[in-house]
Amino acid sequence: MSTATVPKPIAGTSSFLDDRLGAGNFMRRNLRKVFPDHWSFLLGEIALYSFIILLLTGTFLTFFFKPSMEHVIYEGSYAPLQGIGMSAAYASALEISFDVRGGLLMRQMHHWAALLFVAGMMVHMLRVFFTGAYRKPRELNWLIGVLLLTLALLEGLTGYSLPDDLLSGAGLRITEGVAISLPLVGTWITFFLFGGEYPGEDVISRFYSLHILLIPGILLGLISAHMILMWVQKHTQMPGKGRTNNNVVGAPFYPAFMAKAGAYFMFTFGVIALLGTFAQINPIWLFGPYTPADISAGSQPDFYMGFLEGALRLMPSWEVNLFGQGGGTIPLSVLIPALVPMGLIMTGLALYPFVERWITGDNREHHVVDRPRNNPHRTSIGVSAMTFYGVLWLLGANDELSWVLHVSLNWTTYVGRVLVFVAPAIAYVVTYRICLGLQRKDAAIIGHGVESGVIKRLPHGEYIEVHVPPSQDIEAHMRGKEPVPTLPGTGNGSGNGSGDVPPKALRGPIGRLRAKMSAAYGGEKIPLDDGHGEGHGHAAVGAGEDDKPAIH
Amino acid sequence: MTDNNHDIEQPVERVPKRVIGTPSHAATGTSLLGAEERAGSAEVPGVNLQDEATAKKGERIAAFCFLLAFLAGIAFIVSYVAFQVGDLDSAATSNLALGSSLTVALLALASGIVVWVRMVMPKYKLVQERHAMASDGETRSYVGETFLQGAAESGITKRPLLRRTLLAAAAPLGLAPLVLLKDLGPHEYADFPKKLRHTVWGEKTKEGKPRRLVVEGTGAPIRAADFNSPGGILSVVPEGYEHDLNELAKSTLILIKFRPEELKSGTNRNWAPDGIVAYSKICTHVGCPAALYEQTTHHILCPCHQSTFDAADGAKVVFGPAARPLPQLPIAVDGEGYLVATADFPVPPGPSFWERGDAEAEAREKGRQS
Ligand code: HEM
Ligand code: FES
Repeated sequence: MSTATVPKPIAGTSSFLDDRLGAGNFMRRNLRKVFPDHWSFLLGEIALYSFIILLLTGTFLTFFFKPSMEHVIYEGSYAPLQGIGMSAAYASALEISFDVRGGLLMRQMHHWAALLFVAGMMVHMLRVFFTGAYRKPRELNWLIGVLLLTLALLEGLTGYSLPDDLLSGAGLRITEGVAISLPLVGTWITFFLFGGEYPGEDVISRFYSLHILLIPGILLGLISAHMILMWVQKHTQMPGKGRTNNNVVGAPFYPAFMAKAGAYFMFTFGVIALLGTFAQINPIWLFGPYTPADISAGSQPDFYMGFLEGALRLMPSWEVNLFGQGGGTIPLSVLIPALVPMGLIMTGLALYPFVERWITGDNREHHVVDRPRNNPHRTSIGVSAMTFYGVLWLLGANDELSWVLHVSLNWTTYVGRVLVFVAPAIAYVVTYRICLGLQRKDAAIIGHGVESGVIKRLPHGEYIEVHVPPSQDIEAHMRGKEPVPTLPGTGNGSGNGSGDVPPKALRGPIGRLRAKMSAAYGGEKIPLDDGHGEGHGHAAVGAGEDDKPAIH
Repeated sequence: MTDNNHDIEQPVERVPKRVIGTPSHAATGTSLLGAEERAGSAEVPGVNLQDEATAKKGERIAAFCFLLAFLAGIAFIVSYVAFQVGDLDSAATSNLALGSSLTVALLALASGIVVWVRMVMPKYKLVQERHAMASDGETRSYVGETFLQGAAESGITKRPLLRRTLLAAAAPLGLAPLVLLKDLGPHEYADFPKKLRHTVWGEKTKEGKPRRLVVEGTGAPIRAADFNSPGGILSVVPEGYEHDLNELAKSTLILIKFRPEELKSGTNRNWAPDGIVAYSKICTHVGCPAALYEQTTHHILCPCHQSTFDAADGAKVVFGPAARPLPQLPIAVDGEGYLVATADFPVPPGPSFWERGDAEAEAREKGRQS
């Protein structure tokens, strides 16, 4: 069985297309494009598929949802609210839930998909961060990712406000309260956003066009760009046998990767359907219509807004009045929590690849990723930032915490105020130690082999456990380790060159700081082979040095 | 498609032998995929075929999954027709039927494909080469030169008049969208900060009488003599504005009855007939209704970020992020025994904003003068 013929219909269509587009050339290069395999590469896909599901379910919702704040009397089929005045938006969301077949399912799936979308993106981003996959040449895709995450938060915020129930209104009120507190521009922003005073009659329809048109449009564009860059630059791969900086090892796009991608899409879709069926989410009919005079106790935002909520709760009551009477009010107890954590996290994320490159002077392309332990400072910074975020996030639910832990509410806040500074520092130190410990373990395995479980008795009676060399795959995985690069002339502990005059870029205060940071951040903390090979040598890689395969 | 000139980094040579045939010339009429070899011949490095027994088993499992997906898909359509909606219970039943059939269909389909990939398709370990992203020096300099040449040909570098007028032409057009957004705000912005400072409590009713406090929800006016159990609390809105959300966002009150001896100096007793005190219910942090009240401590608690106010002492902040007390509304009892507002809040209620200034100092000064 050597040559089979392509079935007529496929052959006909494909030559039709090729005659007009020359698609054959593209197919020739890409049908067998190789995709490396690792479970963590799936995380981004979850986000991608959730987005597609959001588009599908969201479009269904738009057919029935009425983005209007016009006052109506509810006459739908949910008895407890019949005869009650509410906005048309809320009435239509109730109609979707009770009077449209599949409507409740679509609403719940939409909401679950939104949570999975943001969660998938966050975890995907952590994977990229901790493995250093954002390094050259992938910095642009990293930036796109940061933008995507920010926009997703906005998209979630606008969507959450649409049904106009009491819970969504509480979120909207907080948004307004934060916006109006901005110095100088605050009242302008709320005036234009709400069409006058809060809540007005405009905000739902405005959020609606943002939510279903503008932001999804931008998201779609950015996601496409993200995919194209990924396709052009190819996936990174984990270090391992036969994997180098100059190749990609894995399965071909057609047929294996394509089929797998299809399966993961169906899995994501299926899991969201499962959640939408059995896990009730946002039961808006229980909350009642929005009124600024009421609130349901224990209201919680969606999880991705939790850290902002926590920051707001944590803040002491600071407010300053500039220029006395008739001057300006600066409500720090709103501004700091609303802007600083988000600003720190997003700016930090966006700048990290560039700062790291500046500190390490590492201008090479990286296609083999790092194991997190092998760049201990990066990993510690990441965990430290996660801890900061995590403390804020937990504090966003401090009422639940105090309830569950039986401590006073105020104490959760006091403890939180300390933890938000202390916990990241502790996390840093602990992570750093763990990374070095893991490196030491790797070195031990390379140096002495793994415990085989076989006990041997020596002639003089002592028992020992026989160590055998690790399997090739594992050894290759470990040997993928490279010292973190440092700027030339800053290698710590290397002795040679310490008397040299530092290069020009490292003189002056900033240069000296840079050299110090480089020496601290980079270098080899625990060499893999004691005595031979890498030793203490710092591959002080200067800018422009050629690609170096990860496996020697 | 977007592959324009990435052939540099996508070498064909390293793709295993089984490469798709070059597209044949249209005239020959053969298909694009014409010269296709049989997939997965055993010699191809990196493509390890499954043994036939595994493949056979995989085929059977996958087929079972696909069949299940087919049946569940049918069940979905049947459920749509069979289960009507229209109340809480039937909506729940319909949701359950539609959702579980959809779930089974999708998950079965997914599982089938995974089994297909794992057990029927070969195990792959293909190697493809990768090249540096950057184009070579020659290409770069060619692009650079071409760019300069094009710019020179266009005249944009040599002819400042052309360049400047083009920029001038673009500027107002770029501003046009911003200008168009102006009418997002309905009226003159200039009144807006003033509006934020005032509520309808400061205005008399249409009949020229002081505005009554009415219970939120029922709209019933409140007789001071009936609101007489200490520790009692009510959520209150202005008469005539019970359903005006813009007004409620500023004017809603929390009304608390105290024993006279419980009140401390922070509370203005002149505004507390019979120990009944009215505070703005709109939290001074970011505006949630501060709806919780703890009788024993006299604390008003805002559920959003837990700002806590001492209701017996002018609603001053005792905990949490809010920076200012909830403003107290001057109230009195009218001729018929009902609670009415005698004036607006002395300071703007609700969240802080820039133009608010030091309204508290202003109010104190006014108080001293009068
Ligand atoms: C891109 C296309 C999208 C469309 C057409 C769309 C459409 C809608 C509509 C019409 C609603 C109100 C319906 C209701 O709750 O009854 C809604 C709600 C919502 N949307 Fe979207 N959406 C889209 C994408 C997204 C994305 C990307 C997110 C999240 C990041 C999101 C998050 C939400 C949330 C949280 C709600 C509230 C749902 C609820 O309360 O049950 N949406 N969306
Ligand atoms: S709105 Fe009341 S504490 Fe934040």
